[in-house]
Amino acid sequence: MLELVNLGIKSIFIENMVFAYFLGMCSYLAVSKKVDTAMGLGLAVTFVLTITVPVNWLLQEYVLREGALSWLLGAQAAEIDLTFLQAIMFIAVIASMVQLVEMIIEKVSPALYGSLGIFLPLIAVNCAILGSSMFMVQREMGLGESAVYGFSSGIGWLLAIIAIAAIRERLKYSDVPDAMKGLGITMVITGLMGMAFMSFMGIAL
Amino acid sequence: MAETVETAEVKKAAEPLFSKRRKKIVTDPLNDDNPITIQVLGICSALAVTTQLEPTFVMAIAVTVVIVFSNLIISLMRNLIPGRIRIIVQLAVIATLVSLVDQVLKAYFFDVSKMLSVFVSLIITNCIVMGRLEAFAMGNKPYDSVLDGLGSGFGYAWIILAVAFFRELFGSGSIFGFKVFEAIGLPDFPLNGLMVSPVGAFMVLGLIIWVQRAYTGYVEK
Repeated sequence: MLELVNLGIKSIFIENMVFAYFLGMCSYLAVSKKVDTAMGLGLAVTFVLTITVPVNWLLQEYVLREGALSWLLGAQAAEIDLTFLQAIMFIAVIASMVQLVEMIIEKVSPALYGSLGIFLPLIAVNCAILGSSMFMVQREMGLGESAVYGFSSGIGWLLAIIAIAAIRERLKYSDVPDAMKGLGITMVITGLMGMAFMSFMGIAL
Repeated sequence: MAETVETAEVKKAAEPLFSKRRKKIVTDPLNDDNPITIQVLGICSALAVTTQLEPTFVMAIAVTVVIVFSNLIISLMRNLIPGRIRIIVQLAVIATLVSLVDQVLKAYFFDVSKMLSVFVSLIITNCIVMGRLEAFAMGNKPYDSVLDGLGSGFGYAWIILAVAFFRELFGSGSIFGFKVFEAIGLPDFPLNGLMVSPVGAFMVLGLIIWVQRAYTGYVEK
């Protein structure tokens, strides 16, 4: 249990998706002009991450891994290695999961759909989602770990995008050099935030 | 045989192979319409792989190859793809190409492939590729799309190579693994550890964007 909590804290603060791995930067930069929309996108990303990482774990464990198909085909399948299909399978799962989530939310809660609607399709090509699944495979996590990892890296991403959106709302009133406006100053601020997040590295878990 | 030659000649007469417009397709993304600094696409991988020049170089080639070929394939299929499912079709094409590139890297450049780790697979979600498919390949002829892919690929390449150059030079004191400061007789040149960490990447890219936008005169609202 304690390990799962540690993993959660680690992936929110120490190995933050944005500040340590630069994942999901595109939407992080594009949708961080207002706190409300940033919040909406962040929640949607967290939601999709929490579902897709464990689902991709199941896929990896029971279909793609070397010899994974032996539960289905018996001993002769021990040599089948479908790892080269990993990227395609994962992105297919993510794209269809996003589609599914979109339909469910539309049915269950039209209000939430109204506020998230436009962001949902964007999530399919958010590299934080595919990246988390890839890291999950690379670090050989278990099912429980991957669920915690998916959720907490989503929270980490949410934290980052809300923080930068709040700063950018304030930035409107400051006098930034013309060529530095927008992307340039956001990059430098993200760097400064990353420096602050680096201090979490001192926490030994 | 004779027929194909003839049609090729007719096309040439309509527009030369390297007409002004086509040159513009290639050169525009290099500066005035740069995918990273102006269109704000593909930042993730631009930052993650740039601690050293060697993996960055490989990454730049890989991304260019994927953009060019996915542009070509989607452009060839553009009249066959139903509008509603185009995103999935595009993702499938990109994912296939990326898997191919990944396998080639694993087979012939294993060390670099280890260094790039998950970031090769993440070319799939690199917004530049999707962006070019949506914005260009879906509505243009194959040859133009290939040129557009080349232009965007090179535009992406020079920015990430510039970032990697500064990060490797000031972070590890070398260029392509060659120890520069020792070679010019400054073995005690202080190296900046921040350059190797993510913070350095954000800072260097932010400053490069500043310089590049000041040069092209682009101002964001």
